[in-house]
Amino acid sequence: MNLRRDVFQAIADPTRRAILTLLATQAMTAGAIAANFDTARPTVSKHLQILTECDLLNKTQEGREIYYAVNLQKIWEIEEFIAPFRAMWEERFSKLEDVMKNFKNNS
Amino acid sequence: MDLKTQIKAEQGEQQIFITRNFDIPVALLYKAYTEAEFLEQWMNTKVLKLTSENHGSYRFETTDPRGQSHFFSGAIHECTCNQSIIRTFEMEGTSFPPQLEFMTFEPLTADTSNLTIQIVYKSVTDRDNMLKLPFAQGLNWAHERLEACMKNLKTA
Repeated sequence: MNLRRDVFQAIADPTRRAILTLLATQAMTAGAIAANFDTARPTVSKHLQILTECDLLNKTQEGREIYYAVNLQKIWEIEEFIAPFRAMWEERFSKLEDVMKNFKNNS
Repeated sequence: MDLKTQIKAEQGEQQIFITRNFDIPVALLYKAYTEAEFLEQWMNTKVLKLTSENHGSYRFETTDPRGQSHFFSGAIHECTCNQSIIRTFEMEGTSFPPQLEFMTFEPLTADTSNLTIQIVYKSVTDRDNMLKLPFAQGLNWAHERLEACMKNLKTA
C-alpha cells in the first residue's frame, strides 16, 4: 500500500513542525532529534517516517548512521500554495498604510 | 521579500488568521475600514454602500482588468469604534459561500497598531479554494493579457 500522505497534513502537527524547524539548519540522526523532545522515541520515529513519506525530509546514510535533512524544494512548494494569497493581502495593507499616512500628513 | 502580513492557515481547519502591524495609529486603521473615502482608495473599489454601525451593511463594486464588474457585499454585525468589526463577506455571483470575519484592531504604541482578521468559512474545502483563488486569478489575468497581446499582434 502506498502510504504517501498529504503534505499539509504532515505540517499540521506541532511536533512535526518542530522537527522541521530543528532540521532547518543541520542534518541530524533520529536519536539526536528524539533527544530534543519529551515524547517517546517510537513516536518521534513515526513522525520522521511521515515527514519522509511526504518528501519533506531526505534520509542519507553515513557509515552506520542515518541522517535526516529538510528537503527545501518541498518546503518551497508549501510556501507557494499560500504565497499568492499572502502577497495579495500584503499589497492591500501596504496601500492602506500609504493612504492613511498621506491623510495624516495632510490633515 | 520580507512580508509584514502573516497568514495562519492550519490544515483541516475551516478558518484562517491574517495579522499585520501598521505604522499608523489605531484610529486611522479603523477609519480605513469604516469610511468609504478611504476604503475606495486602498481596496481599489467603488463603495456603493457602507453603513459602519451595528446591524449595518456594505456593498462594493470592483472592475477587473477586462472591464467586468464584480460585486462584494455583506452585513456588518457589530462595529465597535477603534476596537472591532464583525461582518460577513460575499462575492456575489460566485459559488463561494459567504464567510464570517472577525476583525480586531489594537493599538501597539501611539503611532502603531495591529489588525488581526479571523475568517471562518463554510467548509474546509471552501477555505482551501479561497486560499488558492489569488493564484488562479493571477494566472487567468496573465493569460488574458497574453491573449490581448496576441490579438494585437494579429491585427498589426
